[in-house]
Amino acid sequence: MPRDLAAGPRQLPGLEPETAFYWTSGADGVLRIQCCEACGHWQHPPFPRCAKCASEDVAPRPVSGKGRIASYTVNHEKWLPGLEVPFVFAAVELAEQAELYVFTNILAPVESVTRGMAVEVRFERHEDVWLPMFVPESAAP
Amino acid sequence: MTAKPESLVCISGAAQSEVGRPSRRTALQLTADACLAALSDAGLAPEDIDGIATYPGKSPLGGGIAPVSPSEVQAVLGIENPRWVLASGEGFSHMAPIFNAINAIACGMARHVIVFRSVAQASARMASRESTLMSGGQTTRVEGNNAWTVPFNALSPINTFALYAQAYFDKYGATSKQLGAIAVNNRANAAHNPNAIYRKPLSLDDYLAARVISSPLRLFDCDSHIDGSTAIVLSHADAAKDLARPPIRIEAVGMAISGLWVGKFEGDFTRLDADRAGEMLWSRTDLRPRDVDCAQIYDGFSIHVWLWLEALGLVPRGEACRFTEGGARIALDGELPLNTGGGQLSAGRFHGYGHIHEATVQLWGRGGGRQVKDARTCLVSNGGYGYGAMLLRRD
Ligand SMILES: [Zn+2]
Repeated sequence: MPRDLAAGPRQLPGLEPETAFYWTSGADGVLRIQCCEACGHWQHPPFPRCAKCASEDVAPRPVSGKGRIASYTVNHEKWLPGLEVPFVFAAVELAEQAELYVFTNILAPVESVTRGMAVEVRFERHEDVWLPMFVPESAAP
Repeated sequence: MTAKPESLVCISGAAQSEVGRPSRRTALQLTADACLAALSDAGLAPEDIDGIATYPGKSPLGGGIAPVSPSEVQAVLGIENPRWVLASGEGFSHMAPIFNAINAIACGMARHVIVFRSVAQASARMASRESTLMSGGQTTRVEGNNAWTVPFNALSPINTFALYAQAYFDKYGATSKQLGAIAVNNRANAAHNPNAIYRKPLSLDDYLAARVISSPLRLFDCDSHIDGSTAIVLSHADAAKDLARPPIRIEAVGMAISGLWVGKFEGDFTRLDADRAGEMLWSRTDLRPRDVDCAQIYDGFSIHVWLWLEALGLVPRGEACRFTEGGARIALDGELPLNTGGGQLSAGRFHGYGHIHEATVQLWGRGGGRQVKDARTCLVSNGGYGYGAMLLRRD
């Protein structure tokens, strides 16, 4: 499998009971976010109950994978040997709900990234994890 | 109406150990230094102390972030009868031990409480540069809260708070020059603080010439890891007549926790839940922001200062950038002298306890070259992930 540009010493997430679905969702190319079956509220990170209505009927549900960059930063500091810089770390607001944020890297030239930019998910597989990265929407196939 | 608990409690002593990068003394030695000096400052002895509190308690995580426990302090100081103890790191609300100590004193569980904050992050960094990263330098998989950021190589809190800085810059048209004024101001004040780690003058040009760490934040927007300890003694206000120093009154407190630390973000990245701490604080006093003589505002990163100034109502929303620009209004002789001891940017990362200590320096008139003339009130705020604020005053 091809190594991504910013892979370096990337530390992967553990597949924990409540979060494993998020990290493996990309196996079929679809991003999933926890949604409340009772009231329709999306929430991330996932929790055992809906923060809006307290229902325990919460489950991963497919999302469009589209969103916009709510904020971003270009990291220049080489925190670890082998870490490739610069790279963009960003909060993406998913299209499904206001203030539904996921953290990610934007795979695009750093100088091209702006707040509000439309982006969509592009998974990057590392071992048994599909990291949800984002690319400018127009750049997607 | 019942008296608010903070009105029944005063700050009776405060002290800092030496601060090193690194120190040759161990964390427990430094903690004992600070605690004994604070007790002496208050005119108290270890046998007078019946409560011990700290942020955050001894951490198994290492990295020097929390190397000393209340039990060790009890043992090393020979405190024979601690009846009340608290170690709280929850929500990264650094002031929680102080607020809980206030309640313990107000309801009679304790009369004199020593609150300490010790760090050994400079020593930890000497041993391993990676020790203070969010990943702790681990190569195994990351679990828990850090799993939302570390896999994307956001290895320092600066990456998270840079998101706030960028959003603030964009929304309000703020500039690096305006933000840099904070680092420059803090360094100018640190020149008068013998315990500050960075005392060499810093110009705005120096600030702008320094490397970008995580845009738009630069090297001098970051605080620095240190070895050291700060201790504060809280006493029942009834005891004030028996104490060595005039009491520092706790006029009002405010606190809030947020979802940040568990990866749950709300808002548009231009304000913190510190807003709720500010609202709570002003709901508990008749004093108003215009009554604040000086302020010690949390500066884990410089952007925190803007967010906190607005959260506390010291500056209207979106105007903190223009308020700090040029530095005149936040200088020692300005309308709101800010971070008069150098803040964390120049005096080191005590997670806000340096700010509390500096508030006592100002209110007891011990500032020397950095003393704010006639300082009678000081607003102090702590925290980036969890939030606490206190309005302190002298009689
Ligand atoms: Zn619900």
